[in-house]
Amino acid sequence: MTAVEERPAAELGSPRLRKEDQRLITGRTRWTDNITLPGMHHLAMVRSPFAHARITGIDTGAAKSASGVVTVLTGADLKDEQGALPNAWAIIPEQKAPEHPSIAVEHVAFAGEIVAVVVARTAAEARDAADLVDVDYEELPVALDLKAAAADEVLAHPDLGTNVSAFWEFDSAAADTGGDVEAAISAARDGGVLIEREYRQQRLIPAFMEPRSIAADPTGEQLTVWSATQVPHFVKIFLALVLGIPEHKIRVIAPDVGGGFGGKLQFTPEEVLTVLAARRTGKPCKYTETRSESLVAAHHGRDQWQKITLAATKDGTVTGLKVDLVADMGAYLGLVTSAIPILGAFMYNGIYKFPAYHLSCTNVFTNKAWTDAYRGAGRPEATFAIERVMDELAAELGMDPIAVREKNWIKHDEFPFTTVSGMQYDSGNYEAATAKAKELFGYDELRKEQQQRRESVDPVQLGIGVSTFTEMCGLAPSRWLGSMGYVGGGWEHASIRMLPTGKVEVITGTSPHGQGHETAWSQIVADRLGVAFDDVEVLHGDTQIAARGLDSYGSRSLTVGGMAVLAAADKVLEKAKPIAAELMEASVDDLEFVDGKFGVKGTDTSMALGDLAFAVFQGHKLSAESEHSLDADATFDPLDFSFPHGTHLCAVEVDTETGRSTIRSYVCVDDVGKVVNPLIVEGQVHGGIAQGIAQALFEEGVYDESGTLVTGSFVDYLVPTAADLPAFVTDRTETPSTTNELGVKGVGEAGTIASTPAVVNAVVDALRSFGVNDVEMPCTPHRVWSTLQGRAADTPAAPHSAQSTSMSQEGQA
Amino acid sequence: MTRITVNVDGTSYTDDVEPRTLLVHYLREQLGKTGTVVGCDTSNCGACTVHLDGRSVKSCSVLAVQADGHEVTTIEGLATNGELHPVQRAFHENHGLQCGFCTPGMIMQSIDLLAENPDPTDDEVRLGLEGNMCRCTGYQNIVKSVRAAAGGAK
Repeated sequence: MTAVEERPAAELGSPRLRKEDQRLITGRTRWTDNITLPGMHHLAMVRSPFAHARITGIDTGAAKSASGVVTVLTGADLKDEQGALPNAWAIIPEQKAPEHPSIAVEHVAFAGEIVAVVVARTAAEARDAADLVDVDYEELPVALDLKAAAADEVLAHPDLGTNVSAFWEFDSAAADTGGDVEAAISAARDGGVLIEREYRQQRLIPAFMEPRSIAADPTGEQLTVWSATQVPHFVKIFLALVLGIPEHKIRVIAPDVGGGFGGKLQFTPEEVLTVLAARRTGKPCKYTETRSESLVAAHHGRDQWQKITLAATKDGTVTGLKVDLVADMGAYLGLVTSAIPILGAFMYNGIYKFPAYHLSCTNVFTNKAWTDAYRGAGRPEATFAIERVMDELAAELGMDPIAVREKNWIKHDEFPFTTVSGMQYDSGNYEAATAKAKELFGYDELRKEQQQRRESVDPVQLGIGVSTFTEMCGLAPSRWLGSMGYVGGGWEHASIRMLPTGKVEVITGTSPHGQGHETAWSQIVADRLGVAFDDVEVLHGDTQIAARGLDSYGSRSLTVGGMAVLAAADKVLEKAKPIAAELMEASVDDLEFVDGKFGVKGTDTSMALGDLAFAVFQGHKLSAESEHSLDADATFDPLDFSFPHGTHLCAVEVDTETGRSTIRSYVCVDDVGKVVNPLIVEGQVHGGIAQGIAQALFEEGVYDESGTLVTGSFVDYLVPTAADLPAFVTDRTETPSTTNELGVKGVGEAGTIASTPAVVNAVVDALRSFGVNDVEMPCTPHRVWSTLQGRAADTPAAPHSAQSTSMSQEGQA
Repeated sequence: MTRITVNVDGTSYTDDVEPRTLLVHYLREQLGKTGTVVGCDTSNCGACTVHLDGRSVKSCSVLAVQADGHEVTTIEGLATNGELHPVQRAFHENHGLQCGFCTPGMIMQSIDLLAENPDPTDDEVRLGLEGNMCRCTGYQNIVKSVRAAAGGAK
């Protein structure tokens, strides 16, 4: 359809206001918790207050006789029908994991695990009765500190015999993608530069604004389940696999979903238990978590120790990178818990041409909420480590941090470039993005000011942080996922229905929860089919409508799902062309498609796609052999990932007397390839940066010494407010991706991946003249102040993160 | 049970409520005003913000009985005759929302903020919205929306 490309690209690249907004700004919303069905029961969960215990008895008598209580279910009631929650990604065949029940039967392994379910007439009655359930526990020793757990000092699951779930490694020499890192390290010891650092990726909580909610209706022939999820298609197939419900008897709907950030990329105990309660009672059942339950029991993110060894020559050329990770799985393996650190394993080399690389990762169980995907999922950790350590190399050599990066980065004319971890980067222009960012930031002026403040020993010091990131996004090529041990695929599906009146329904297998797919997909289709933006309706998130799809995560929706939409549109045109030829009594070869019309070249005869749709609907003039439909389905499975990049620069003022860090300016220039809607892209970058800054300065999931989450409400878990964040200056360069026809790259995670090291590098840079070379995240005033006082950050609320000082050698032989 | 009479979005309702019922639960569960949502248990997030006699309150922190004899406006009562409130329009035109869960509370609080300070600076907007959390936008376009609404009201 070469003719299509001749149309002016009116929609692609246009800052269209969002279609989604109207219902959201007027409260005309369909959150799962809004759903009320006749006769609906409400659930409340009884959760273990202990991190590790044996259940010795549950007395449900008082609860069962309370007003409005229909039933109370325990592990003993459900053990034969609940199945086990899945882990879909064994990173090695020998990966160990405990059985993962939705409701504990005899053993609880983290505080917050469900031990009983109250089913009642109202939510209030359910909660009242939950307090009446009397559970006896025999407490067991807790495995909390990650390094101690890696050494098997206390077992999180005694039956498993070890806390180590898996040991995974990548070696560039063995993979033949580079040299031997030990040789590079030896050479650096002998006349080069060796930087050895250990970084803490603190535990974070996704903290989507809409608490998770599930409604299950067993009254129809199909079980209908509404869930505040990113992954309705996953939920459907796992309900079938875990509970043995025939797949064709299940319909899953993700209605309006209020944010996810990876936190709703899960198949949850609450989903299983709501379905089981509905099945048992024969009535619709609904469960909506409280915020505290969400923070305690929905999966967490990050939580790693990273030991980094960087070898370089004295001119700043990196010769090798060695990474040893210990990753906290928490108490169980969720859907992709085990693979999160591995998703970062190919990105520690960042935008650089390193000749040798080795990574090892030890996955470890503890008695804490399980970890899993959180915005960036492995890649923020990788980017943090490499961008922090590149700054350390610059400091060691007395070089400008941008100069040391430039010395090592891939030049724009060297793409496609196969890195030391074996990834083929499609395209990029790090020079252009960095130059633009420096100019917008006023880099040289700020450096001068920094120098003046250092010389005058100003109590408020200025730090400048640099982060030049890239990420692999667009999960993913199914073949790659399969080779990595993931059980699913990574393709995406779309359908287009041409309605008789010329309107268009687009069905996408992606499942948006704030990203604006309805708008962006409409733009893609409007352009391709030459129809009006407002004539396109995008449908999603209901397995009965969007029967095929793999949902939204990993910055995949546009690069994979958008491409499927484009492919479906092309198929519509392919189907339409011979029919148009037939109706206009012309040869197919004489037709061209321009501005939404099939025209006969060199004549005035033409037929709009909408008119064609009506003619097909009537069928009066179609031959008997014609298919009476222009509708088309398409799938897309990319050849490879795409690799967006960008340069983020942050200026932080640190008050050395109080330890307070204040972001003075934040500039980023991202390159996410071609852009469908710049408004949406900018919004994604803003939100991403905010979450990355939150990791750098504010947020941490903290457990006390008994394994109780002390940041179990928004009073203590510090999601930043408007008053905590600066305005961001955002700009773009545009280097089209070469792995998809739209030329697009993902943007959903970019800001989060890039911003954390930019901020921490700035904080450390402000304190560098005091001999400081690290501040553990989050860089709270207390931590900064303590660091300046020359002692380790004394954080009484987080004893486990301060306990260990050296890496365990477990599994690193 | 206690009998209350509350005017919500222009309609008067007389209902029996448990004295412990929070206003937000009364709005959502008894009146079906599901445009107002619950985001936390600790009055931090502000997602449930409504107006009580024209001033913003977090409806999770007000008992339904306290609204007896008063007037409540929710996000659903803002548009008049199909015409969006200027602040609603500004959030749309400035991409001030993504997932939209915080948006009802954010809009209600912004209206209150502008009633008190019709021409706020960026910093004043940020401080005025400190009690309303958003996880999607990084707040930048929310601040822009409120500033735009202020400009339009001049």
